[in-house]
Amino acid sequence: MSVLVIADHDNSELQSATLNTVTAATQIGGDVSVLVAGSDCGGVAEAAAKIDGVSKVLVADNAAYANQLAENMALLIAEVGKDYSHILAAATTNGKNYSPRVAALLDVAQISEITGVVDADTFVRPIYAGNAMATVKSSDSIKVITVRGTGFDAAAQEGGSATVESLDSVHDAGLSSFVGAELVKSDRPELTSAKVVVSGGRGMGSGDNFKLLDGIADKLNAAIGASRAAVDAGFVPNDMQVGQTGKIVAPDLYIAIGISGAIQHLAGMKDSKVIVAINKDEEAPIFQVADYGLVADLFEAVPELDQAL
Amino acid sequence: MKVIVPVKRVVDANVKVRVRPDNSGVDLNNVKMAINPFCEIAVEEAVRLKEKGVATEVVAVSVGATNCQEQLRTALALGADRAILVETDEAVQPLDIAKVLKAIQDKEQADLVIFGKQSIDDDNGQTGQMFAALAGIAQATYAAELTISDGKATVKREIDGGIQTIELNLPAAVTADLRLNEPRYASLPNIMKAKKKPMDKTSPAELGVEIKPRLSLVKVEPPAERQAGVIVDSVAELVDKLKNEAKVIPS
Ligand SMILES: Cc1cc2nc3c(=O)[nH]c(=O)nc-3n(C[C@H](O)[C@H](O)[C@H](O)COP(=O)(O)OP(=O)(O)OC[C@H]3O[C@@H](n4cnc5c(N)ncnc54)[C@H](O)[C@@H]3O)c2cc1C
Ligand SMILES: Nc1ncnc2c1ncn2[C@@H]1O[C@H](COP(=O)(O)O)[C@@H](O)[C@H]1O
Repeated sequence: MSVLVIADHDNSELQSATLNTVTAATQIGGDVSVLVAGSDCGGVAEAAAKIDGVSKVLVADNAAYANQLAENMALLIAEVGKDYSHILAAATTNGKNYSPRVAALLDVAQISEITGVVDADTFVRPIYAGNAMATVKSSDSIKVITVRGTGFDAAAQEGGSATVESLDSVHDAGLSSFVGAELVKSDRPELTSAKVVVSGGRGMGSGDNFKLLDGIADKLNAAIGASRAAVDAGFVPNDMQVGQTGKIVAPDLYIAIGISGAIQHLAGMKDSKVIVAINKDEEAPIFQVADYGLVADLFEAVPELDQAL
Repeated sequence: MKVIVPVKRVVDANVKVRVRPDNSGVDLNNVKMAINPFCEIAVEEAVRLKEKGVATEVVAVSVGATNCQEQLRTALALGADRAILVETDEAVQPLDIAKVLKAIQDKEQADLVIFGKQSIDDDNGQTGQMFAALAGIAQATYAAELTISDGKATVKREIDGGIQTIELNLPAAVTADLRLNEPRYASLPNIMKAKKKPMDKTSPAELGVEIKPRLSLVKVEPPAERQAGVIVDSVAELVDKLKNEAKVIPS
């Protein structure tokens, strides 16, 4: 058995979700290699080589991989990955973009967003917005898998000393090109790895009102999230959406403010250790999953909480 | 320009499914079914392209049992011109769905295939990308904005860090995210008209695709239940509990 983990990164930093993916790889067993495909990504390769449990890092450094375009990435991963028993990627927007494409090129299934490893062929994954957990067994010779970060602890960033090998394979499919990106800059911790998340919903009323959450987030070193309704209304950008079709988070503390608790939202946060809900409607379904509920008008409770912390 | 939209029949988004006591799956008896919400967004986008004069024909395709015709009729009522049902009673997995759709594409030669980004039952998020790989064409997942000009598609994509814009050669596969558009409601006259629109039937075998499931379902279990919590009376009590009981914030 040998597992190939595809590193998620932006050419300068390794995404923390890759660490959780390495843990899933070590649970499967066998040698763990990491493929770093990018452009000027030497620093990422160095970081990958230090991850505990990784024995080999393969680096494909070429402009064709600079923006993780799925067509190019999939050709490379399928070529390198055909010698492995498992190909794992984090269930990030990059991993979820190219992994099915890799699987189709290899004529195998892809198993999405696993949260558990039973054995080398058998995996657990949520279906129906997490209202059911399916155990599936694969009969394919190569298993192509995306890994949900909340299902696995992060592997230690230090302690490994993998060999680093460069690949000169260049795949430029010439089918798509990168035009630009508007990336949201934030000094706060990243949503999917933050220990504390404070999320606002439609009840926040406006984008301006989201500033009310800043004080609490500052004090708790929290990331700020949102419900779909808050994103759809234009209060905050899409990358803040928590839920079935947004980001999946499982922090130590999740504070839901002005969020009703629709199943699609719960799907993204109900594995949090402690859930707090602040909502003026005592019937709101969010209270059914909250460890601590406060029935109150958020415009009074939030400033008060900010003061009290 | 021809546009194909693959649509899936799924359990309605408002239904909270229950796991069967024998752990063989979820209970689908008497459960309300609907067109997958992301497929509805995909249909809407295709219809808007037609209304703008960019697309000339919108073809909705579904792979599944006879009752998938209901969802194809919904697509027709939303403005698709014709529908194709690829009929099968087997549970078809994404790779085989992609192969079936590739066989349809070989016949139809569409310039654009708009998928949903994810089916809300199996939460796969795979079929569009697999189709693009099999067809050897470009892909753009998580589309929030789509423009077609000069034989190319420009797509704004919702990615983890924000928004990314890419350009694709046509033909291409695009998968629709939530913010691509807000689907219209089908009007009664359009629902009536949809009944007369053409619906062709074929099967995986007729298309030369052998259905070969790669994954077997071992069991389905309910997720871990959360313990019911408490309602606190004040912000002060909340902070006290978080500090001294849950110990999730420093006291
Ligand atoms: C295909 C699909 C995918 C989806 N994906 C997601 C997803 O990934 N994430 C997601 O979040 N949703 C998702 N949804 C949407 C989901 O179904 C809900 O519509 C959404 O979560 C509702 O957001 P909300 O709780 O902010 O808004 P609402 O349901 O409108 O709730 C607002 C809440 O705020 C409270 N409130 C209002 N004013 C105040 C006040 N002053 N003080 C205190 N409380 C107040 C109200 O009592 C209410 O409970 C999806 C839906 C579909 C169909
Ligand atoms: N049985 C099906 N028939 C037609 N289209 C499908 C089917 N299953 C999936 N799709 C398409 O693929 C998209 C993503 O589905 P999935 O990969 O299952 O998450 C859906 O939104 C549809 O556009």
